Amino acid sequence: MATSGWFLTLTLALVSVLPLCVAFSAESPTDRRILVLVDDLSIRSSHSIFFDSLKSRGFDLDFKLADDKRLALQRYGKYLYDGLILFSPSIKSFGGSLNTAAVLDFVDSGHDLILSADETASDLIRDIAIECGIDFDEDQSSVVIDHISYAVSEKEGDHTLIASDDFIRSDVILGEKKIEAPVLFRGIGHSLNAANSLVLKVLSASPSAYSANPNSELSSPPSLTGTAISLVSVVQARNNARIVISGSLDLFSNRYEKSGNEQFVTELSKWVFHERGHLKAVNVKHNKAGEKAEPAMYRINDDLEYSVEIYEWSGTSWKPYVADDVQVQFYMMSPYVLRTLSHDQKGRYSTSFKVPDVYGVFQFKVEYQKLGYTSLSLSKQIPVRPYKHNEYERFIKAAYPYYGASFSMHHLSVPQIAGQSSIYLLSSDRTNFLWNFDFEKQISEL
Amino acid sequence: MAATSAMDSLSSAATSAVKSLKLRTKQQELLIRVSTLCLIYVLAFSIRLFSVLRYESMIHEFDPYFNYRTTVYLSENGFYEFWNWFDSESWYPLGRIIGGTLYPGLMVTAHLLHRAISAIRFAVHIREVCVLTAPFFASNTAVVAYLFGKEVWDTGAGLVAAALIAVCPGYISRSVAGSYDNEGVAIFALLLTFYLFVKAVNTGSLSWALASAFSYFYMVSAWGGYVFIINLVPLYVLVLLVTGRYSMRLYVAYNCMYVLGCLLAMQIRFVGFQHVQSGEHMAAMEVRNLNDGEVDSYVAQLNDLQAAVVWQGIMIVVWKPKLRDAVSVRSFYEWWRRRRSRLLIIGQNSKEVFYFLDYVKHLLNDPKLFNDFLRITVTCAVSVGALAIGVGTASGYISPWTGRFYSLLDPTYAKDHIPIIASVSEHQPTAWSSFMFDFHILLFLFPAGLYFCFKRLSDATIFIVMYGLTSMYFAGVMVRLILVAAPAMCLISAIAVSATLKNLTSLLRSKSKVQAVSSSKGTSSTKASMKASLDQSLPFQRNGAITLLLGAFYLLSRYAIHCTWVTSEAYSSPSIVLAARGAYGGRVIFDDYREAYFWLRQNTAPDAKIMSWWDYGYQITAMGNRTVIVDNNTWNNTHIATVGRAMASYEDEAYEIIQSLDVDYVLVVFGGVTGYSSDDINKFLWMVRIGGGVFPVIKEPDYLVNGEYRVDKGAAPKMLNCLMYKLSYYRFGELTTEYGQPPGYDRARGVEIGNKNVKLEHLEEAFTTSNWIVRIYKSSATF
Repeated sequence: MATSGWFLTLTLALVSVLPLCVAFSAESPTDRRILVLVDDLSIRSSHSIFFDSLKSRGFDLDFKLADDKRLALQRYGKYLYDGLILFSPSIKSFGGSLNTAAVLDFVDSGHDLILSADETASDLIRDIAIECGIDFDEDQSSVVIDHISYAVSEKEGDHTLIASDDFIRSDVILGEKKIEAPVLFRGIGHSLNAANSLVLKVLSASPSAYSANPNSELSSPPSLTGTAISLVSVVQARNNARIVISGSLDLFSNRYEKSGNEQFVTELSKWVFHERGHLKAVNVKHNKAGEKAEPAMYRINDDLEYSVEIYEWSGTSWKPYVADDVQVQFYMMSPYVLRTLSHDQKGRYSTSFKVPDVYGVFQFKVEYQKLGYTSLSLSKQIPVRPYKHNEYERFIKAAYPYYGASFSMHHLSVPQIAGQSSIYLLSSDRTNFLWNFDFEKQISEL
Repeated sequence: MAATSAMDSLSSAATSAVKSLKLRTKQQELLIRVSTLCLIYVLAFSIRLFSVLRYESMIHEFDPYFNYRTTVYLSENGFYEFWNWFDSESWYPLGRIIGGTLYPGLMVTAHLLHRAISAIRFAVHIREVCVLTAPFFASNTAVVAYLFGKEVWDTGAGLVAAALIAVCPGYISRSVAGSYDNEGVAIFALLLTFYLFVKAVNTGSLSWALASAFSYFYMVSAWGGYVFIINLVPLYVLVLLVTGRYSMRLYVAYNCMYVLGCLLAMQIRFVGFQHVQSGEHMAAMEVRNLNDGEVDSYVAQLNDLQAAVVWQGIMIVVWKPKLRDAVSVRSFYEWWRRRRSRLLIIGQNSKEVFYFLDYVKHLLNDPKLFNDFLRITVTCAVSVGALAIGVGTASGYISPWTGRFYSLLDPTYAKDHIPIIASVSEHQPTAWSSFMFDFHILLFLFPAGLYFCFKRLSDATIFIVMYGLTSMYFAGVMVRLILVAAPAMCLISAIAVSATLKNLTSLLRSKSKVQAVSSSKGTSSTKASMKASLDQSLPFQRNGAITLLLGAFYLLSRYAIHCTWVTSEAYSSPSIVLAARGAYGGRVIFDDYREAYFWLRQNTAPDAKIMSWWDYGYQITAMGNRTVIVDNNTWNNTHIATVGRAMASYEDEAYEIIQSLDVDYVLVVFGGVTGYSSDDINKFLWMVRIGGGVFPVIKEPDYLVNGEYRVDKGAAPKMLNCLMYKLSYYRFGELTTEYGQPPGYDRARGVEIGNKNVKLEHLEEAFTTSNWIVRIYKSSATF
């Protein structure tokens, strides 16, 4: 009975743990459970290629209407999803407990977001984008127009379906395979907040594009023009949350078959859901040269060895990360030592150096920030102490005169005392030794 | 014998009672003396226990927490670990070599006491030993005062001195139970060194001089105030030399004490070679050394060295006009001797010049010729010295006289130019009221004692007079140096009391004796009765003596009452636990500090770094066990200025500093709710001044309005938005602190605050203690 009881508990425990196992974790950082919020459930079919590609890669998609009354991202303080796809550009306010703050909290706690707007974008969606460092064109009715690089559409003279191939040059974001066909885009443009250093343009408009209302005459020059218009942008947050923001919902749809859209959005979704470009650093080790154990403290001028292993997540497993630009700093308010780490092709990076002649609390710092990769920010504190009193040289050359001087005093000298005392000790008749050495007398003679 | 008679007269009533026990006079006297001393010993200890009874057995204030922490480390890790201790928990990220930057005497003493107590199987926590170290040494000081008084004057004066110093508030202020600070043992060592030195001078014995040297070593190991000894002793020798009292006894005592003392002192890591330079230039009074050496370690030794440096100034001023020829020869002599060997000269200067001059006198055998010789040598010495200084200055070997030199002559210099010294309240010049408070009747007895000393001038009284006068000067310069003056005040006052009482009682006794004797024999042979019979002619003499005696006893009893009152009211507060009177007269205890430190200990990461103003550094490391950026060992002015700058900047600028220092928590002390006035807002101008001293972007006028410091609506905009203001008053605008006042009424400053809507961007409130005295903010690290 007791054993079966145990077994039952164990099974229950396993069952309750299992759903967590497939979730995003430090060990397997790919997202698993994704909430898709839509205005209209028909998007499921109109964008099925994109969704199917996600499903085929093992994602668990949960479609909900954006005004669903029971919407919740978290329950009992735990997030129910690892990623959020907002394909509901026109939603005025979310249903349930979801609002701008909840979405931002979701991102702040390290989760990923795909946000797609179009010309119907509501203030809510725009607000979320602004918080991510992206400003959609303020003119609500304007879309991106390009009279030179556009795709032919049903309506004559409508140049709002533009073609762009101005991609960011990053294999880690867009995959190693080059996107041959241009991406077709119909939607609103945005600009990046200059104060935000984390946001990147992935797809920008051509120099001839501008953002305006296609149905009215231009009364003043458009505020957004040329390559300043970003069509799709990404954010890599400091906590490694990733965000994709697109001005077009159609970008993800099945509609543009011969374009590069499918490849573009698939590769982008691989990046945003951490199937690529996710680094981890493990086994940070340091030790004195020739020793194995990690000391609690170094001494100035010690020789030390430092190593760290860096791996990249491939979507299914950790592969060694290979790069020649990983550096370590030995840092106390400013770097005292800066070394480029050498690697063994198997992910192990190492170097060795001498501790500077300065004591204090140092840090081994690896600050590795590379475009598209999650940033590595390792710091390990280690105090460096000065020499102990018995670690200095016992005799120094410059002091030899003083060593000599210590053996010759003014009136009494060491040999004299030694000689006298030995004579005194050796003489059989102690009361009557040769030099009647009277200390008091000597003093009074001074 | 004079002592015996004094004792007898002091306690004539008791004597008669004891007489019935059929003891000989000498035995009676001994019995009374020993029992009085024992009572004084107990009294000195027990009067210092107010704080333990009122609060609990705890360490007080700021510095004692560091001493306690290091003592615990010493007892846990042993002496060598302690000696080589590099503490990475303070002064992040610089760290501090504890072993090399402290005076280990106190910790070693407490540790040995603890070991001794453990050895006789008393299981006592080391904290209790630390708490009671200062009272224990105060009792010992009383015994030394007795011996010293006996040496200088007589046993009566010794007993009075012991009794006076046992309860002297000036000394109690630094030696109550829990005040576990260097001064607690250092005053004992100071007095012991002086006593042994005077004893050595009086006897000319090597062994006393040796004992004095070891006592000096203990003093050096315990407190930076040792510079006072190493200045006073050569000065004393100099005075004796000039006044023609130089003797072989002095020579033996001084040389042995000085040379051995210096060599021993150099064994203390914190002192090291500084001692040779410092000792040398004090004794030799060479201007060159005034400029280098010591001044560099100014910030490290702050207050103590300031005393030394002021001292030098006095010596220069006093010395130059008075000592003329002989000393100039001496300095010339030393000047070329030092060229040969620097170390050996210490301590050999005075006698050799003395005997050298004697020898020349003997050679020339003609006073006139000798005077000529002196004149020529002096002129040569002065011109060569001037040349050397000129060349040295030109070549850069001697740094030119800096502004710091003037601080020697002007004690207020530091106040205007070195804010970090001036910001400490115990470095302020002493107010008259605190003299009265700390010395009471001693203030009036002191001149009387001086009079008696001059009346019976000896080597010993010259010493005590010099000790008294110099220490009085320093006590006037700096509040905390009242402590050094206290033993001298007590000794000299004791001489006054003892001598007066002795005169008065001998008057009474001899008169009655004369009457008794004359009735029986009609003749008197003793000097006293001769004098008495002469005095008999004066009217009301007996009554006058009785009145004066009663007056003296009244004064002394007032002194005792005053001392007890001061100790109980003023000097027994641990200042880490605050007490106030509640609305209904009950005692309210604010234990916020310990609450906050306990919170830090329990709720923050073990390697969290706490930024606060330096006052709280020692307490945070000792009680909170967390790393601090700056602490009370103010050795690095730049680092403190950085913290001051952060506190005085706008939040986003401050946040950059906070990040660069890896700060996790910011701690501020705020008294607006309780009316606790020594909080960070009131200390804030010092942060601005210290910060501005290093970073000129921080300007004091930005925080003032028409030169006025305010926190209400009329405050300067920068003031209302700086980090310190925000952290102190965050959410304070919602709080009603006092009935009938608007919300956000600051009780410490009595105003309604000017910025009630404080918003924090980068920091978030982590913890506020129950009375809001300590507020801790977390730096939101990753965003």
